[in-house]
Amino acid sequence: MKALAELYAQQFKTTLAMMFQYRASLVIWMIGQVLEPLVYLIVWSVVSVSSGGSVGGYTTGDFAAYFIVLMLVNQFTYTWIMHEFEYRVREGNLSFALLKPVHPIHSDIADNVSSKLITLPIMILIAAGLALAFHASLSPTLWAVALFIPALLLAFIVRFLLEWTLALAAFWTTRVSAINQSYFLLMLFLSGQMAPLTLLPYPVQVVAGTLPFRWMIGFPVELLLGRLSLAEALQGLGIQAVWVLAGFVLLRIVWRAGVKVYSAVGA
Amino acid sequence: MKYLRLLAAFFRVSIMGELAYRANFFWQLFQSLLSLAISLVGLGIIFSYTDTLGGWRPDEILALVGVYFLVGGIIGLVIQPGMEQFIDSVRDGTLDFTLTKPEDAQLIVSIQRVEIWELINIGLGLGVLVFALIRLGENVGVLEAGMFILMLIAGALIIYSFFLILATLSFWFVRVENILVIFQSMYEAGRWPVSLYPGWLRYGLTFIIPVAFATTVPAEALTGRLTWEILLGAVAIAAVMLIVSRLFWRVGLRHYSGTSA
Repeated sequence: MKALAELYAQQFKTTLAMMFQYRASLVIWMIGQVLEPLVYLIVWSVVSVSSGGSVGGYTTGDFAAYFIVLMLVNQFTYTWIMHEFEYRVREGNLSFALLKPVHPIHSDIADNVSSKLITLPIMILIAAGLALAFHASLSPTLWAVALFIPALLLAFIVRFLLEWTLALAAFWTTRVSAINQSYFLLMLFLSGQMAPLTLLPYPVQVVAGTLPFRWMIGFPVELLLGRLSLAEALQGLGIQAVWVLAGFVLLRIVWRAGVKVYSAVGA
Repeated sequence: MKYLRLLAAFFRVSIMGELAYRANFFWQLFQSLLSLAISLVGLGIIFSYTDTLGGWRPDEILALVGVYFLVGGIIGLVIQPGMEQFIDSVRDGTLDFTLTKPEDAQLIVSIQRVEIWELINIGLGLGVLVFALIRLGENVGVLEAGMFILMLIAGALIIYSFFLILATLSFWFVRVENILVIFQSMYEAGRWPVSLYPGWLRYGLTFIIPVAFATTVPAEALTGRLTWEILLGAVAIAAVMLIVSRLFWRVGLRHYSGTSA
C-alpha cells in the first residue's frame, strides 16, 4: 500500500513536469475540449430561440447549462489511454512496464488523475465564463448535487475501465486508430454529447441506456440539471455500479489474454 | 504542366504503396460512412424540432455537410499529410534530400505525400452535395456553380497557405507537430454555418483560423447567399495569403541549417 502511494506521488511529479514541458500541446488540446460542446451549445440555442425559447423541455438557458456541465463531466472522465497504448505496444515500451512489480494500470490512473488536477481548475474557469456569456440556468436541488458527486466518480471509473480495456485491442490489431475513431463517433451520438438524450428518438434512447455510453457522460449531466427523479437517479447509480463491475471483470480477462499474445516487437 | 506530372507521380507512388494494404480501404469506408451517418442523423434530429437553422433550410445545411466532407477530404488527401511529413523532416534532417532536388522545395514539400483513401471522403462529400443540389432544384444556376467552384479553390488555397505558415514555424520551433491539430478541432465547427456563432467566434473562425472560407463561404455561393464583397474578399485573401506564406517559407528556409549534413 505504501509502495503504491509512493508510485502515485512519483507519477504525479512526472506528469506535472511533462505538462509544463508541453504547454502548447496542452492549450491546443483544451481548445478542442471546449470547442465541441460549445458548437452544440450554440446550435441548440439557435434551435431553441427559433422555436420560441424551448425545445423538448429544454429552454435556451437549460441548453447552455447542459452543454457547459457536459464539458466539465467530459473533461473529468476523459482518458487518452487508447492513443497511448497503440504506441506502447508498437514501440515495445510495454515490456518495461511489464517488468515492474505493479500492474501498469496504476501509473495510468496516477497520470490521468494528476493531469486533471491541473487542467480541471482552468476548465472550471472557462465553464464559469461560458455560463455567464450564455446565461446558463442551473438550480439543482441539494440531493441532486449530493448524488452528482458519486455519479461523476462512477462515470470516470466506468469510462476508465472500458477505455483501458478497449485500448488493449492494440495487442491483436494494428488498426487501433480506426477502432478509436469509430468509438468516439458512437460516443458523440450515444452519450449525450450531440444532444440531450431525451431529444433523440425513443429507440436510440433505449440503445444509449443499454450500452455504457450514457453512464459515462450523459447521466451525471442530467442528474445535476434536475432532469431525473430521485428514483431514477438511484437506479442510475446502480446501473453505473454494475458497469464498474463488468468493466473490472472484462479488463482482467482481456488483459490476461492480451499479455499472452504480446510479443514485444523489436525489444 | 510539369508540376501536374510531378503530382501524378507522387500520386502513383502513394497508390502503389497503399494497395499493399487494401483492407484499409474498407476501414476508411466504414469510418467515413459512420461519420456521415451520424452527422445526417444529427441533422435529422435538429430539423425534427425546427424548420430552419439560422435561416438555412435543411437541404442547404445538407449541401454544407457535403462541402464539409469534400473539403475535409481535400485537406486530408494532400495538404495535411505533406505538411506533417515536412515538419518531421525538419526535425530529423531529411529535408536535406528535398532541398537537393532540382524542383522548387515548397512544391515538393506540398505534394510529397498523398493519402489516397481520403478520396472516399471526397466522393461521399460530392455525393451528398449532388443530392442536396438536386433537392434544391432550380435555385442553382450556372452562375452559382461557377462562384461555388471559384470559392472552393479560394478556400483550398487559403487553407493551404494557413497550413504552410504553421508548418514553416517548425524551422524555428522544432516541436510543432501538434500545431496542425488546432485546425482539426476547429474544422469541426465548420459543419455549421459560421453565421450561427457569436461575433468573437465567427471572427476567429474567419480570420484567425480560416475555417469559414473552407466550408461556409462555398456553401453560401451555392445557396445564393454570397455577396460580391465576400466573393472578392475571399479571392483577395487567398492571393495575399499565398504570397505571404511563400515569403514566410523563404525566410524560414534561410533559417534551416540541416542537422546531420
